[in-house]
Formats: sequence, structure tokens, C-alpha cells
Amino acid sequence: MANKLNLEVVTPRKLVVSDEVDLCTVPGTEGVFGVMANHAPILSTLNIGQMHFNKDGETVKIAISGGFVEVSNNKMTVLAEAAEVSEEIDVERALRAKERAEKRIQEAKAGKEDIDMARAMAAMARATARLKVAGKMS
Amino acid sequence: MASLKDIKIKITGIKKTEQITKAMNMVAAAKLRGAQARMEEFRPYADKFASVMGQLSGTADPNVFPLMEQRDVKKVLLLVVTSDRGLCGAFNANIISASEKFLEGQQSEGKEALVGCIGRKGYSYFSKSKLEMPLHITDVMGDIQMQDARKAGQQLSKLFLDGDVDEVDFIYGRFINVVTQKPTIKKLLPISATGLESAEGEVAEEEGPKAAYIYEPEPEEILNQLMPMYINVQIMAAMLETGASEQAARMTAMDNASRACKDMIESLTLAYNKARQAAITTELMDIVGGAEALKG
Repeated sequence: MANKLNLEVVTPRKLVVSDEVDLCTVPGTEGVFGVMANHAPILSTLNIGQMHFNKDGETVKIAISGGFVEVSNNKMTVLAEAAEVSEEIDVERALRAKERAEKRIQEAKAGKEDIDMARAMAAMARATARLKVAGKMS
Repeated sequence: MASLKDIKIKITGIKKTEQITKAMNMVAAAKLRGAQARMEEFRPYADKFASVMGQLSGTADPNVFPLMEQRDVKKVLLLVVTSDRGLCGAFNANIISASEKFLEGQQSEGKEALVGCIGRKGYSYFSKSKLEMPLHITDVMGDIQMQDARKAGQQLSKLFLDGDVDEVDFIYGRFINVVTQKPTIKKLLPISATGLESAEGEVAEEEGPKAAYIYEPEPEEILNQLMPMYINVQIMAAMLETGASEQAARMTAMDNASRACKDMIESLTLAYNKARQAAITTELMDIVGGAEALKG
């Protein structure tokens, strides 16, 4: 077990992943980075996007939205507001959310004052991340 | 003594009440299981959050962060987290009376007291009081969602940042176990470094290896992002605890009610039987009396 990394993905709803992995890549605010066993302690905030980890040659993808990651003592903890493993993703819902977000962004660009651009962009990013993880978008 | 028929009607009525309280007891028990599970699932998230915040706040300078700003406290807001529905014994009444006590204490110190409410029971009580209520959220306790906590968090942060209030506390029904729930008051804003900093956090810093974190981005920026989230997490935790406590309180209350019904039915049945006996005896006496008279 010496060169495995203990990974935990925690959301307010549940413990999504608790596993020994070889490599884990997360979308940090300052750029995507990978973590392997015996990584130096790090604390970073996360972007909305996809993270994935490798275990015995298999890759698992997870869509996450916001939060932060902490690595210390060979233990990696990802705290996200939401996290979904690829099989769990509701593609239909994500597609609808994406359309809605696209419309809102268009409207915001057209100068409608009552639409919050930042929120629409965040919704867009979340939907895109989910679709990518589900393999419905490249 | 009440007539036979009156007693009979009473017994039937109480039996029906007993059925209802029994059903409510079972529903509350099932819901409690769900609420307790959610509360326990949330705990690792909240704990981790608090520990990271504690670690970071050691490096923070309170003057840089508006949410940590300590001001001369003139206005205090108490966020009262209660349930939406009643029939759970003294649960909400306990929270409300503890809130009243706290608010009166603040007023006697010459501060202005405001309230905010999550849950309809607290809202309907405090909307009748003279206190100013800048925010209230109702009908969310049935299905507790992060976005409701976020809504409350954002509104409270705004009030604090705009200088409308100088301190925010919150009260909720802390879930100790199934039979004990305790109204508990905690401070929400300003976020204090001393409150967060656990004793071991300080020691760890001097030990070296634990403190040698790589921060991405800078600690100040991370804190800036995490603070609003931390407020939401605290409110969410309070809501989940109150939700579980509510169900537990209802379960106990309904259990007591069912038992009271049973006792009442027992004593009424006794009275009914006595009345019946008395009626039979009088009737017999009448018949015997009548027969004697005919003989004579």
C-alpha cells in the first residue's frame, strides 16, 4: 500500500469516494494538477470541472462543482458542493441545464439587466463538466 | 354520573385519537431515521471544513476580511431555526423561550435586537413581536437543501457587510439523542479567528511539517472564498440538527399522547362498566319490586 494515495471525495450529501488510488487529477483554481502518493501537503481551491483518478489501470471520472482539496500525510480530501461519478450523471438534466444557461448568457449579452452573468456562466460550466464526464461531449 | 351513551361516545373518540397519535409516532420514527442519516452524512463535510478554516485563520489578519471585522456591537441579529410544523411537544416552545431570553439579555445591555427565522413556527411567533425581522425562510424543513442555507447565508452576510447588524448569532435545536434536544446558541458573524483556531492548530504550526502547506492560490484568497461557504455550512448543519431533533421530539410527544389515550380509555371503560352494572341493578330492583306488588 506504500505507494497508493488515500482519496476521499466528500459532499454535503454523502461520501462519494473513499479509496486507495494511484493518481488523482483535480481542476485547481490555478490550473489542473495531479497528485500521486507521498505528495507534499497542499491546499487548493477548485474550479467547476472534472476530476479523475486511476486505480489499477482503470480511470474513474467525477464531475465536481466548487470546493477545495487538501493533501497531507498521503491522504487526499476533496470537499465539493456536488460531485457525481460518470454513471450517476443525469444526462438529460445536464443537457437541459446547458440549453438554459446558453439562453441566459445570450440574453445577458443582449443587455438584459436582470440576469446575473456570473451565475449563468457558472451554471454553464457545471452542465458542461457533467456532460464531459458522462462522455456526451468532448 | 354521565350516561352510558355519553361514555361510549367518549371512548370511541379517544380510540380514534389514539390511532392518529400512534400513526404519527411511526411516521416520525421513520422520518427521524432519514433525518439522522442526513445529519451524520453531513458531519464529515462540516468537520473537515472547520478544521481547514481553523488552519487557515491562524494566518489571517482580521482587518483584511470584512466578514471577520469586529465592530462595536450595537445591533444583534438572532437567527432562530425552528421546525415548520407543530405537534412535537415543547420543542419549538423551548427554542423560542431561549431566544426570547437571549434577545432580552441583549436589549438590557443597550443593544438593538433583530431576529431572522428559518422554519414557520419561529416565524409565526416573532412576526407578532415588535422586533424587526429582515429575513425569514419558511417551509424548507421538510426537505432541507443546501440552497436554502445558502440563501440565508448570503442575506445575513449582506446585512453584516452593509453594517445593518454588527453581530449575528443563531439558535437551533441541538440533537443530543432521541430523548434529549437542547436549544443551543452559537455565534455566526463576525467569524472569529479565536473561535476557529483549535488549540492543536497553533501547536502544529510550530511543529513544522503540518504547517508547510503549499497554498494555491494564496491563503488570503482561499479564505475569502471559503468564508461565505463556511457560513452556509454552519447554517446547514443547524438546519439538519433541528430537523432531526424535530422528528425525535415528535416521536416522544406522540408516544406520550398514545399512552395518555390508553390510560384514559382504561378509566373510561371502568366507568362505563360501573354505570352498566348500576343500570342493570336498578332494573332488577324495579322488576322485583313490581312482582312483589302484584303478589300482594
